[in-house]
Amino acid sequence: MARNQVKKASTDTDMTPFVDVAFLILAFFIMATKFKPAEPVPITTPNSVSSQPLPDNNAVMISIDKDDKVYFSIMSKSDKQKPFDLIVEASKLRNIPLTTEDVNSYRDGDMIGMPFSKLKGFFDLPHDQQLKYKQEGIPVLDSATAELTYWIAAAKQVFAGEQLKILIKGDAVSKYPVFKAVVDALKKNDEQKYNLVTSPEEAPQGTDLYKERLQGKSKEAK
Amino acid sequence: MASMDTGGDDGQKKGPGVKKAKKLNTRVDMTPFVDIGFLLITFFIFTATMSAPTTMDLNMPKDTDKKDEETKVKQSGALNILLGKENSLFYYEGELDPTGANFKSATFKEIRDVIINKKKEVVDKYVSDPACEAEAKAKGKTVDDYCKQKDFFVIIKPTDDAVYKNVVDILDEMTINKVARYALVPPFPTELEAVKLTESAAGMNTAPPAK
Repeated sequence: MARNQVKKASTDTDMTPFVDVAFLILAFFIMATKFKPAEPVPITTPNSVSSQPLPDNNAVMISIDKDDKVYFSIMSKSDKQKPFDLIVEASKLRNIPLTTEDVNSYRDGDMIGMPFSKLKGFFDLPHDQQLKYKQEGIPVLDSATAELTYWIAAAKQVFAGEQLKILIKGDAVSKYPVFKAVVDALKKNDEQKYNLVTSPEEAPQGTDLYKERLQGKSKEAK
Repeated sequence: MASMDTGGDDGQKKGPGVKKAKKLNTRVDMTPFVDIGFLLITFFIFTATMSAPTTMDLNMPKDTDKKDEETKVKQSGALNILLGKENSLFYYEGELDPTGANFKSATFKEIRDVIINKKKEVVDKYVSDPACEAEAKAKGKTVDDYCKQKDFFVIIKPTDDAVYKNVVDILDEMTINKVARYALVPPFPTELEAVKLTESAAGMNTAPPAK
């Protein structure tokens, strides 16, 4: 028998660099991830070149989904009482008053898309069912039954003295008349400045804006 | 001494024939660790929202009944853009010709050149106006925006068949081409007629979709 046997090559590889890389990627994703808030209705926003970040405090958002339904949501991180006050105020303006107890199942950022007459029933549902519930949308198109103006008026009252941002988040395929109705409702409340929520996009090459941004960057670099 | 060789505690002497105790392997099996790592990675990849939504400003003019408060637009520098159905686009410069001769259709890609050309045409016509330039400086605005394209005005008229994306796209086009003055207004009946005519001439289905 041969004395000097060839040493068997070990079959297990050294995993350490693999693990290093894996955890590096993991760390990156943990840092970069911002959790998506649960959206009862998915809305695909169109793209634009603007680069302002979306505010999430002291803002109300009017959403239009792909079926042209309108929703209203309140974002008030600093004051948890304001959303309730707002809903109560809006219902008072509509003459279908609700109490704070009725609406306390509302959570910051939830989308409301119900006519006032059905709002109480909606808020009586448990919160997880509210999110699943198929809402009808706030009536806007017919001026006799349009209710969005009350919401905006209430928002202006409740956020009086603070900088209220009005966001409009429309689905790319929603029809223009609905957007126009939303804008008209805002105009009735003397609101002329709003922000449209969009997905980011690069400025096309060769255009004026592209050149300007290029200059801005090279200035920053200096 | 702090450390002592305890190997010979049992009184066994390490002779040449005595086998050494097998050394323990210090390597840890990394596989489950890696498994968990990648599981977490996949989780975060799926939940990640990479591009945070952005917002774009939109300022609408106040509705007014008073004639003198209305914004006046010079015909020479006006560009009307109409948004039709199925992403179609129509434009004309100045005032609509009764025969519809200056009523043209375009796509969203072509409209950029139309805007750029029109803007260039207006800017080229600009003769130095010191009063305006001083005013621009006082207001902290650039001469380019405030004076040179003073007469340039884009009027965006979405018809009821336009979708929201068209509106955002065309507003975005204003930002891209740095148009300082533009407005969203409802179209006139004559314009709607022209849109209809062009659409039916192009063989587009103008009948309302049967539901």
